Amino acid sequence: MSTPTITATTTNELSWRSICSLDDLEVERGRAALVDHAQLALFLLPDGSVRATCNRDPYSDAYVISRGIVGSRGDAPTVASPMYKQVFDLRTGLCLDPKGKGPGRLRTWQAREVDGEVQVLWRRTA
Amino acid sequence: MSTHTTPTRCVVVGAGMVAHRFVDSLLSRAEEPVHITVIGDEDRLPYDRVGLSRFFDGASAEEMTLEQTVLADPRVDLLPGDRVHEIHREDQQVTTASGARIAYDHLVLATGSSAARPPVPGAELPGAFVYRTLDDVEQLRERVAAASDAGRPLRGMVIGGGLLGLEAAGALQGLGVEATVVQSSDRLMSAQLDLAAGEALRRLIEARGITVRTGTLTTALTPGPGGEVAGIEFADGSSAPTDLVVFTIGVRPRDELGRAAGLDCGERGGIEIDASCRTSDPAIRAIGEVAAFGGRCVGLVAPGYSMAEVAADRLLGGDAAFAGYDLSTKLKLSGVDVASFGDAFATTPGALDVVYADPVGGVYKKLVLSDDATTLLGGMLVGDASAYGALRPMVGSALGGDPAAYLLPADGIAAPTGDLPDEAVVCSCAGVTAGQIRGAVHEDGCEDAEAVAACTRAGATCGSCVMTVKSLVGKELTAMGRTLSTALCEHIAMSRRQLFDAVQVSGLATFSAIIERFGTGRGCDTCKPVIASILSTLTRTHVLEGENATLQDTNDHVMANMQKDGTYSVVPRMPGGEVTPEGLIVIGEIARDFGLYTKLTGGQRVDMFGARLEELPIIWQRLVDAGFESGQAYGKSLRTVKSCVGSAWCRYGVLDSTAMAVRLELRYRGLRSPHKLKLGVSGCARECAEARGKDAGIIATATGWNLYVGGNGGATPRHAELLAEGLDDEELVRTIDRFFMYYIRTADKLQRTAPWLQELEGGIDGLREVVLEDSLGICADLDEAMDLHVRDYEDDWAATLADPEKLTRFRSFVNAPTTPDPSLAFTAERGQVRPASTDERRSGSVLIAGDRLEVRG
Ligand code: SRM
Ligand SMILES: Cc1cc2nc3c(=O)[nH]c(=O)nc-3n(C[C@H](O)[C@H](O)[C@H](O)COP(=O)(O)OP(=O)(O)OC[C@H]3O[C@@H](n4cnc5c(N)ncnc54)[C@H](O)[C@@H]3O)c2cc1C
Ligand code: SF4
Ligand code: FES
Repeated sequence: MSTPTITATTTNELSWRSICSLDDLEVERGRAALVDHAQLALFLLPDGSVRATCNRDPYSDAYVISRGIVGSRGDAPTVASPMYKQVFDLRTGLCLDPKGKGPGRLRTWQAREVDGEVQVLWRRTA
Repeated sequence: MSTHTTPTRCVVVGAGMVAHRFVDSLLSRAEEPVHITVIGDEDRLPYDRVGLSRFFDGASAEEMTLEQTVLADPRVDLLPGDRVHEIHREDQQVTTASGARIAYDHLVLATGSSAARPPVPGAELPGAFVYRTLDDVEQLRERVAAASDAGRPLRGMVIGGGLLGLEAAGALQGLGVEATVVQSSDRLMSAQLDLAAGEALRRLIEARGITVRTGTLTTALTPGPGGEVAGIEFADGSSAPTDLVVFTIGVRPRDELGRAAGLDCGERGGIEIDASCRTSDPAIRAIGEVAAFGGRCVGLVAPGYSMAEVAADRLLGGDAAFAGYDLSTKLKLSGVDVASFGDAFATTPGALDVVYADPVGGVYKKLVLSDDATTLLGGMLVGDASAYGALRPMVGSALGGDPAAYLLPADGIAAPTGDLPDEAVVCSCAGVTAGQIRGAVHEDGCEDAEAVAACTRAGATCGSCVMTVKSLVGKELTAMGRTLSTALCEHIAMSRRQLFDAVQVSGLATFSAIIERFGTGRGCDTCKPVIASILSTLTRTHVLEGENATLQDTNDHVMANMQKDGTYSVVPRMPGGEVTPEGLIVIGEIARDFGLYTKLTGGQRVDMFGARLEELPIIWQRLVDAGFESGQAYGKSLRTVKSCVGSAWCRYGVLDSTAMAVRLELRYRGLRSPHKLKLGVSGCARECAEARGKDAGIIATATGWNLYVGGNGGATPRHAELLAEGLDDEELVRTIDRFFMYYIRTADKLQRTAPWLQELEGGIDGLREVVLEDSLGICADLDEAMDLHVRDYEDDWAATLADPEKLTRFRSFVNAPTTPDPSLAFTAERGQVRPASTDERRSGSVLIAGDRLEVRG
């Protein structure tokens, strides 16, 4: 209702794209996924929700976010980059602890589980 | 909407370190809109000039760039590669070489200095350099590279024996050039050191292999047949051949802009400023090396930073004032410890000296005290400057103790900080006082030096004050009735030791159960690996078993070490450093087939780098088939047991050190611990295995094994201490068993045996009572725990290969399990691969992206 563009499943541009089955994910351990030419990191949280971020760590330029330790900071579910340990909020992608470096952010996508399938809201490439 | 105000226009000339600090300070504090234009004539982003010599240690220009977000702020325009050539004071504008005309409300001159060349014939010849900018060091390096086919070591002359000259000589030496420092006065660092200290320094410099000529005036540089510098002539008539010359004779303030605009300038150069950093034109301020305060310019970054803060504060309507120069300095030349601070030359009337000199050890230290010997005025430290961080902030205040205590060899323990007055400047880079650090603890809730650095910047530039900051924070917390928190993190309020006991007593065996009972939230990258380590000691299960897998750091998770590009290194175990020819052949074949970079490690084994996640199991399979197992180079666990060849081969060997090393490595392999564990076994007192640098070091003697414990290499080296002498094989093994198990149960997270032993009650004697006299009655427990470890050991790799469930974690992509990470790119160097740099990726000189590169000789 209040977020019409997000719930629409078949606008020309955005659509829910199935990536893998929920069984392929493990609670609190990320997995990388390849969507078109982009690398995503998918996370299954203990409450059953799925989060999708960019797999590239902005602080090291390496595609390793999916291999970090998942945890929490206050209310925020987090992932710590395995490279230099910056901590990101999995809901917004914002870096919560830049370890003395500048501000940083992971791109995030909407993700959900439907009938055992993990889907992300994806902008189709032409 | 509120009324629209036009932003204040601030123009900064010069994009050096001080300009950068000024912009940072102004932006972070400005509440009204500002717009800043920064014009710099170097064709780069502002970089760390203080750290310029790092360039020769392999730091790239990129790595030396200062914090970029400051200039990326939308309120800032940076114009690199352009030069301001005139200031039009009447209409408040500047014009630049590229023809831009920019209006200002406030103008800030931060043009720094230029390096001087002496007025001697030949000073401008190719091959004669100054040492000031990244361009300078790049050219210097090119010259060395171009001349290096001479077939002999190159010779370089550094003219000027001050701080910068010594640093430059060190850099030349690092490039393989035979360096000579030529100093016109009677001693090195004559601005900072007296004759005795200068002599002590000379010996240290010469011991480092650098030639020193004092009292030598250069009169000319002479060209060779190619037109480049080939020789140097001195005032005494002597001369010497040379391949290159570096001038470090001093700097000249770049005051030409201000001078041309009619601003008042100092007699010896520099644009005159008052304590608010204002020049003779109220709309113009000058900061950094170009500014002359009290008639004088100073070539240090800390006073420049203070000026930057003052100027920013004044523009924002504050009343900060520049308090004058702090001339304290420390030489940044590895292996040569020199510092000078405060009134080092005792110019204060009635000042007293306290001197400690150890000519054999190459140490000279002098403290300058007030006439009643109570107040510290300054000092010089040569050969051992460990007390510098503690002493410098105490200048002007009571020493609070016997001055000699600060001068005697410190043995690694930081000198007492006394009770620093609030106004004492602890971090001169950031201009942070003891009072501000105390404030950070009280008001901002900082609980460690890292938090203080984030909050005040103290300790974030040169790092020389970090130990002092630490001790201040500790004292403050104690005074507040708190101890430095031992909580693991926000999720677990206990220390590792308390948690270990809690988990053991409760018998809980999963993370979820432990965090629910003893913690909050879902854990983090601090507490999860700690819990994984505790569980593995107590339950001895595979690291990827069930939920445990999610607790592991990436290295433990995939049982390999992550490298900078996200690929991994693979290190098979080679107990005691022993390997058969067949073993080496297998490793060579694997490395060749997968295009891996191979290197011998400092731990006596072979490392293969550049393996992709999805390749790891295939590589392990081949290794396991050939009889290898994981070397656990990734784990907080036993790493290696270094050995010497011992009595089996060596003429001097007393016992079979290699056999013992193999036995110990096989016994403790896979043992998880609070931090990594290393051992060494030497076959005689010559100590070729460097065993005393290890957590447990074993040295053979005619009466049996001597066991030393608590050694450490790395950042804070420490020799192991003797725990027991003349042990036979069985006694030796049992004693190490107990020492390790006791450490594993009681140490803090990431605490190695060296600091653990230092903190242990009773120290080495206390440890001896526990493990040899069983004073706590726990030896039987410790023995049993180790026996269980040995019984249940299994190879991480083989166990993973045997379990299809675990292998799913090694898919590169959940929806494309064998597709290589497309971002990977390699380039070849010395016949092997390495990750391509950003520049190489851009320029396309990458040999292969994504898939394997075949390197053929
Ligand atoms: C590969 C190797 C360098 C080499 O090419 O020779 C190495 C590489 C690393 N060392 Fe080391 N160290 C290596 C021998 C050493 C040694 C020499 C030795 O063991 O005799 C030391 C000094 C001895 C000591 O530990 O006391 C050493 C002291 C360190 C330290 C400092 C430890 C300290 O207590 O101060 C660190 C940092 C840490 O552990 O926190 C470190 C950390 C690392 C890390 C883990 C850094 C990182 O996070 O990437 C590197 C990862 C290994 C990898 O990628 O495979 N490495 N490192 C050596 C592997 C030996 C092996 O076969 O397992
Ligand atoms: C190798 C080396 C090691 C050092 N080590 C230390 C140390 O350990 N401790 C310490 O305190 N100090 C050290 N220094 C000194 C320190 O680097 C300087 O004090 C500091 O960089 C001064 O900063 P600044 O911003 O005033 O000047 P600079 O860093 O010189 O910056 C001035 C900038 O302005 C530019 N500029 C000049 N005129 C114009 C114009 N008209 N238009 C546009 N741009 C212009 C210049 O090109 C330059 O980029 C070291 C210096 C060197 C070279
Ligand atoms: S430590 Fe002794 S036995 Fe071992 S190699 Fe050296 S001299 Fe030989
Ligand atoms: S004195 Fe340089 S960082 Fe503190």
